[in-house]
Amino acid sequence: MTPEVLAALEAAKSAKRPVALLTRLSDGTQHLWPGSDLPAPLAEAAAKALEEDAAANLTQDGEAWFIHPHNPPLRLIVVGAVHIAQALVPMALAAGYAVTVVDPRRAWATAERFPGITLIHEWTDDAVAALAPDARSAVVTLTHDPKLDDPALEAALTSDCFYIGALGSRRTHAKRVARLTEAGHSAEAIARIHAPVGLNIEAVTAPEIALSILAEVVATRRGAALAQRPALAA
Amino acid sequence: MSDSEDVLATAAAWRAAGEPVAIATVVETWGSSPRPAGSRLAVSASGRLAGSVSGGCIEGAVADAAKQTMTTGTPQLLDFGISDERAWEVGLACGGKLKVFVEKLS
Repeated sequence: MTPEVLAALEAAKSAKRPVALLTRLSDGTQHLWPGSDLPAPLAEAAAKALEEDAAANLTQDGEAWFIHPHNPPLRLIVVGAVHIAQALVPMALAAGYAVTVVDPRRAWATAERFPGITLIHEWTDDAVAALAPDARSAVVTLTHDPKLDDPALEAALTSDCFYIGALGSRRTHAKRVARLTEAGHSAEAIARIHAPVGLNIEAVTAPEIALSILAEVVATRRGAALAQRPALAA
Repeated sequence: MSDSEDVLATAAAWRAAGEPVAIATVVETWGSSPRPAGSRLAVSASGRLAGSVSGGCIEGAVADAAKQTMTTGTPQLLDFGISDERAWEVGLACGGKLKVFVEKLS
């Protein structure tokens, strides 16, 4: 790998720009895509590898190529700078997520409680909408206060984020479903919300609940059967 | 950030500090290999390791090949878990097979 290729990979990483590294396995020749003029089959394979976030192999003109996608990190948007968030944030960072914490309550969302983390103090719907969750984003609401959680959930429901989770008991969630239905969201949309949030590991402490949430986010991202829930009885 | 990018950053830092460095990347797997294609292991001339290409079964053999590549500058494509007589052949307890590409960070 040349210093130029390494620098270009680092630059793409800093700019959160997806880039695929293509390596000819016979001699180590490398190209980055986008950014270089490649034969159509290689360019198409690079685009597909980035979209699927999966490495690929391709033989082109008798030469074996390895196609290695480098996507920006998955994102986790945590709404509610609460105790569980303090446990969840470092775990999510360790799992490779880029984390943002949203809470208009400045006493909660402080740099002391969340060192080094991007904190957003705007109202939760504006904040989540501005963060523009995409198919590589997860949104988790933890405030346990409908005034803060509901607007964030409504913003998340209009996005194509891959995971939405909301803290609160089954009863709390039943009331939430009623409010969101009243607000005009379809049953199908509301069913995207994982609630009570997290895999059922009988978690008790804040770190245990954080672990169950992160496990469910990963399970959803990876398509694990564990992430699928039976629909709540009406 | 994905873990493979972390490994590149570590490799770059070692290189910037003046150490020869090689990077090994899993390029293909069959069966129950523990690390997917794209997983990286960086090796420095002094023997520092970052990242992984397996559950630990083949890192030693890969590090040896990496040191060769650091010296020669020639990349190598290693097969593991496939029965042949090559010197770096080691078994994978998991029963998987994989190919690892080793290149110098110039």
